[in-house]
Amino acid sequence: MLWRNWSVRIGGTALVLLLLISVSAPWLGTVDPTLFDAGSRDLRPGAAGDIMTLEGDLLKHTFLMGSDSFGRDVYSRVLYGTRVSLVVGIAAALLAVAFGVVLGLSAGYIRWLDGPLMRVMDGIMAIPAILIAIAVVALWRASLPTVIVAIAIPEIPRVTRLVRALVLSIREEPYVEAAVALGTPTAKIMFGHILPNTIAPLLVQGTYICAFSILLEAILSFLGVGLPPDIPTWGNIMAEGRVQFVAYPHNVFFPGIFLAVTVLAVNILGDGLRDTLDPKMAKRV
Amino acid sequence: MAGDAATAEQIERIRAGLGLDRPIVVQFGLWMQRILSGDLGESFYFRIKVATLIGQRLEPTFALATLTILIAVVIAIPLGVIAAWRFGGWFDRALMGFSVLGFSIPVFVLAYLLIWLVSLKLGWFPVQGYRRLADGFFPFLHHLVLPAITLSVIYIALIARVTRASVLEALGEDYIRTARAKGLPELRVLVRHALANAAVPIATVIGIGVAILIGGVVVTESVYAIPGLGRLTVDAVLARDFPTIQGVILFFSFIYVLVNLLIDLSYVFLDPRIRY
Repeated sequence: MLWRNWSVRIGGTALVLLLLISVSAPWLGTVDPTLFDAGSRDLRPGAAGDIMTLEGDLLKHTFLMGSDSFGRDVYSRVLYGTRVSLVVGIAAALLAVAFGVVLGLSAGYIRWLDGPLMRVMDGIMAIPAILIAIAVVALWRASLPTVIVAIAIPEIPRVTRLVRALVLSIREEPYVEAAVALGTPTAKIMFGHILPNTIAPLLVQGTYICAFSILLEAILSFLGVGLPPDIPTWGNIMAEGRVQFVAYPHNVFFPGIFLAVTVLAVNILGDGLRDTLDPKMAKRV
Repeated sequence: MAGDAATAEQIERIRAGLGLDRPIVVQFGLWMQRILSGDLGESFYFRIKVATLIGQRLEPTFALATLTILIAVVIAIPLGVIAAWRFGGWFDRALMGFSVLGFSIPVFVLAYLLIWLVSLKLGWFPVQGYRRLADGFFPFLHHLVLPAITLSVIYIALIARVTRASVLEALGEDYIRTARAKGLPELRVLVRHALANAAVPIATVIGIGVAILIGGVVVTESVYAIPGLGRLTVDAVLARDFPTIQGVILFFSFIYVLVNLLIDLSYVFLDPRIRY
């Protein structure tokens, strides 16, 4: 049923391709993305040159996307960067959804928790997402886990609100009333009866969060406050390339194209999922 | 801050001077106390009051944000109305395609694309930099247009999408049929009847979009080397200048909440049925 939707097909296919690229990066004609060679600095895309391996051997290599000012292979770095982007995007989305579900279920079903919890969520939502992420990273020093958490935190209120709103309408359904009348424990009603009915909208929302997280990770890296520069991420590659942008635009454009295409694919997938899983929402937007 | 050759004693003195030797809870309490009396503290790095620092950096950010909102509103609302009017047609499809693209293309990738195309290849605008308004209106605008266009793309996508949806809904109402039956010109039906009734959601999304705008300002100022609050945020994080980070985030959040409050209040004018 999902596969009939063209958006799901296009977005899904592109995403699977990117996943394959990230997994099989070592076998796609890449070299270790941290290798550099002073003799191969600032090469144009497609130029041939040498690169020194960790053992000290000179390796003949074609720099498909050119090289940066340290003489590193941009093609290898961009391909390995796919891994970081996908891991951060998926992990941040899962984390935000997991916390949002627990908080949203609690706020929607346990009435006295609703007020205080939602005020805290309103407070978080008052600060723009990028600023929260920057602040959290500034506080903890950037590493893969802290960046994922920093990106997930501003998304939690959105999921919480969505789940809470769903719970408030689902809890009035006759089958929930029946479960309550039968003396079912609250936890079982929350996770066994209510949660399964929130899956479809959550999947849609999770996809959008994934797209936004990939974007945000790249922004943090690009600004120099994200993952350390020795990890090849698209944002880091662009941050290093921007200094020489006028002379060598390829350092910015190749990772930029990958980033834009990835975010676009995830967003298109999200639109397709929304249209098929959640027809009511599709009409509204 | 102390330099690489600082002795343990010097570092300790600086820590004590900045109040960093006290427990976090005490630091937070003191900070809250000062905030409530309107004092944002002193920057670790720039060695001046954070409030003064924000004041110095306000002009470029304010100018950039204002121009961006102006461009976005002027372009997005007509686009959204036309798309709703020709619902399902080629224009509508093109706009929806653009809107997905606008949401997906990262602001800094777009920025470099525009710099490369418009500034380097065509030479219409300067590559980077900022001129104060005091240096003359034309140079000021000339340096600001490209950053504002860059930043407005995602905003246009957002506003056009909501305009289209809410005008589309209004167009399905009975009063539109009545207006057309009276023989009103189509433009008047669209603007006075459909758009006027779609104004509240459009105003709401402009307010919500300010969050995206603030995030975009941080990135855009960094790419175009504009010495505004966005640049200050990044510089403060890189220098681990916590009073400045706190001050800037507090300031941005305050502006965001204030803009949304004003928009909530404007509903009274946009829709006379709403009363507070």
